[in-house]
Amino acid sequence: MEQKKYIDDLSEIKNLMQRSSRFLSLSGLSGILAGVYAILGAIIGYLFFLPKGEYLVSSSWNFKIIVLLLISVAFLSVTTGYLLTYKKAKKNNEKIWDITTKRLLVSFLVPLVTGGIYILIKLNSQHYGLTGSLMLIFYGLALVNASKYTLGNIKYLGYAEIVLGLVCAALPGYGFWFWIVGFGFFHIIYGSLIYFKEKQA
Amino acid sequence: MGLIDNINKLFDHRIRLGIMSILMVNEDMDFNSLKALLNITDGNLASHTKTLENANYILVDKSFVGRKPKTKYRATQAGKIAFKKHIDALENLIHNKN
Repeated sequence: MEQKKYIDDLSEIKNLMQRSSRFLSLSGLSGILAGVYAILGAIIGYLFFLPKGEYLVSSSWNFKIIVLLLISVAFLSVTTGYLLTYKKAKKNNEKIWDITTKRLLVSFLVPLVTGGIYILIKLNSQHYGLTGSLMLIFYGLALVNASKYTLGNIKYLGYAEIVLGLVCAALPGYGFWFWIVGFGFFHIIYGSLIYFKEKQA
Repeated sequence: MGLIDNINKLFDHRIRLGIMSILMVNEDMDFNSLKALLNITDGNLASHTKTLENANYILVDKSFVGRKPKTKYRATQAGKIAFKKHIDALENLIHNKN
């Protein structure tokens, strides 16, 4: 009976360590949807607004519309992610806004915002070539950095995005396609893996 | 040497065990978050953190955010070592009796 108490102690320790330091309710479905939004946004941009065979100029209308498309994709993904995660957290009886989520967000946003500002500066001085690659790399770094505050394998998604971003940097001219793979297909694959794990549990 | 030797009396209590577990994996944690995680009252948490503080297992850092006092806790090196020993002792006890 003493032993039973010690086993309980150990499982209580493990439980508290996880609950206090990791946010567990990230939703898989929101990953899938983020990937779908990215691909849809890319298709719209490709069909209507990307000039064929020439470079995009940052003062043109097409450029502004593409930026708007990117912002809409990001906004839709974040909103969907928030809503689905909120629902899941409620089901798991986890608070969505506690000190762990705050730490998760800060560690995610620092590399991401740094990258975003860097890309904007580069775009302003007419350096368009590496945008896709830089987006992938900084997004990957943000994921790896945030992964210590959440469970599971989000850091592998981060590593994958970084590698893809580096490969993309070595193959200039294909940024658009790498972007679709990284933000579209990788999200869908990763989201599905999480989603099916959720279903099993 | 008996098996029980490394069991730390200070950690042989659910709430103190909980406080230490949280501070092992978080750099620091404020009073209200600890309270919410452990689901206990102010007074209860205060008395147990005091015990751990007196043993030099945790450090208390009091500051003000605006006018609100904010109390943060972190584990000391000594506290972390003691806690690791305690966990090892628990594991030993469980494995040896099986």
